[in-house]
Amino acid sequence: MAQYECPDCGYVYDEKTGCEREGYPAGTTWEQIPEEFPCPDCFVREKPDFESLGEIKEVGE
Amino acid sequence: MSSAVIQPETISATAEERKWAIAKRYWYLVTLIVPAILIFSGVMAIETNSGQWLWLLTVVFFIVIPIVDFIFGADSFNPSKEEQDALKDDSYYKKILYAATAFQWLGLASMTCVVTQGDFSWFNILGAVLSVGAMHAVGLTMSHELGHKMNDKAQVVAAQICSACSGYAHFNIEHNKGHHKDVATPDDPASSRMGESLYKFALRELPGAARRGWSLEASRLKRQKRSAFSIHNELLQSLMITVVAYGAMTYFFGWMALPFLLITAVYGWFQLTMANFIEHYGLLRQTLENGRFERCQPHHSWNNNFKASNLLTLHLQRHSDHHAHPTRPYQLLRDYHDAPELPHGYPAMMGMALIPAAWRTIMDHRVVEWAKGDMNLVNIDPAQRDEIFRQFHNPDKSKAA
Repeated sequence: MAQYECPDCGYVYDEKTGCEREGYPAGTTWEQIPEEFPCPDCFVREKPDFESLGEIKEVGE
Repeated sequence: MSSAVIQPETISATAEERKWAIAKRYWYLVTLIVPAILIFSGVMAIETNSGQWLWLLTVVFFIVIPIVDFIFGADSFNPSKEEQDALKDDSYYKKILYAATAFQWLGLASMTCVVTQGDFSWFNILGAVLSVGAMHAVGLTMSHELGHKMNDKAQVVAAQICSACSGYAHFNIEHNKGHHKDVATPDDPASSRMGESLYKFALRELPGAARRGWSLEASRLKRQKRSAFSIHNELLQSLMITVVAYGAMTYFFGWMALPFLLITAVYGWFQLTMANFIEHYGLLRQTLENGRFERCQPHHSWNNNFKASNLLTLHLQRHSDHHAHPTRPYQLLRDYHDAPELPHGYPAMMGMALIPAAWRTIMDHRVVEWAKGDMNLVNIDPAQRDEIFRQFHNPDKSKAA
């Protein structure tokens, strides 16, 4: 599962948790997120602006 | 934060400014003083049986604050990187706003009680309406600050409660997702156009913002596969707080409370309209080759750096920094030296906006200077386009100057 960060406010979209508040349930991949998706914290950056934090390895618990 | 603009914190502060920075922590309590003045004026009106007291906060807002601004001048202090780190997580600043939210409701209830129980002339009741409206203006500024902190549930809920005080349920949703996205473009009902009077703007902004707020919330709920009228609709949640609270006050203070509450609420919205009118008048983001508007830059907002009105508006007048970084808390907002500057603080500018001819005399030439005489770069009221071009369009001469 990958993570993507908003370059302005630091919000991180994590595919594992999604963004329930904006209607993207846990497990929604970045590919499934629409292009016009605004950062759900600052709303002044959109999906194409986000920076990939790469694949996050599952921490075994 | 890699921007071509000089970062304000690179300019180091003097000893005088540091002293002010320390004192400022306590001066922010002015947010609490606003509803306190309203409560005090109501008590005095009853005690002395003279209704002129009901005008107190109106006078403070439109007359005293501009005078204090004039005397104490600009706030040249910008927090350094280290100071920002310390200020950022200091919960003191948001606690002031929680307390002030409670005070706002107390202020509204006490003034409603005074007006309905006392025997005052219509003229003095008008003073009470304008005074409550001034308090609502500060309240919506607080709600604005709280509502931007989307990653903190407590602040988002406080924003809903705060907006509910003036019955402006859609404000936070529409402001964050709508205004910040479309600011300084013709698409934004909350960005004013050159040549547009405050009153014409109000007729576009008030319904336009309400429609946009509702449709943004409805589409969020649709993505969640919920009805627009679901209990999860944050706009309706805020509206319910208003309905219950206004209903309770009408029950306790009598039927006269209801028209008073509704009129003061609508006037409170109009005060917010005045703020919106001022913040981006005539400024326009250019269209890029891909058809999208350029990103909002510091030169797309009008600023003012006067001390007193900045404290009153939680540094909303450092508007360029706010639009550059909407989640930045008020105690961190910085002045951009090269951003467009208003001649007065928001309260005085609001007063001028009420007189369209005065507003245009003061502001139109500033917009022209901003655009270096090229009126193609300005957000213009379509009805005034030809007239404004005839009067002001002169790009070559200005560039040569």
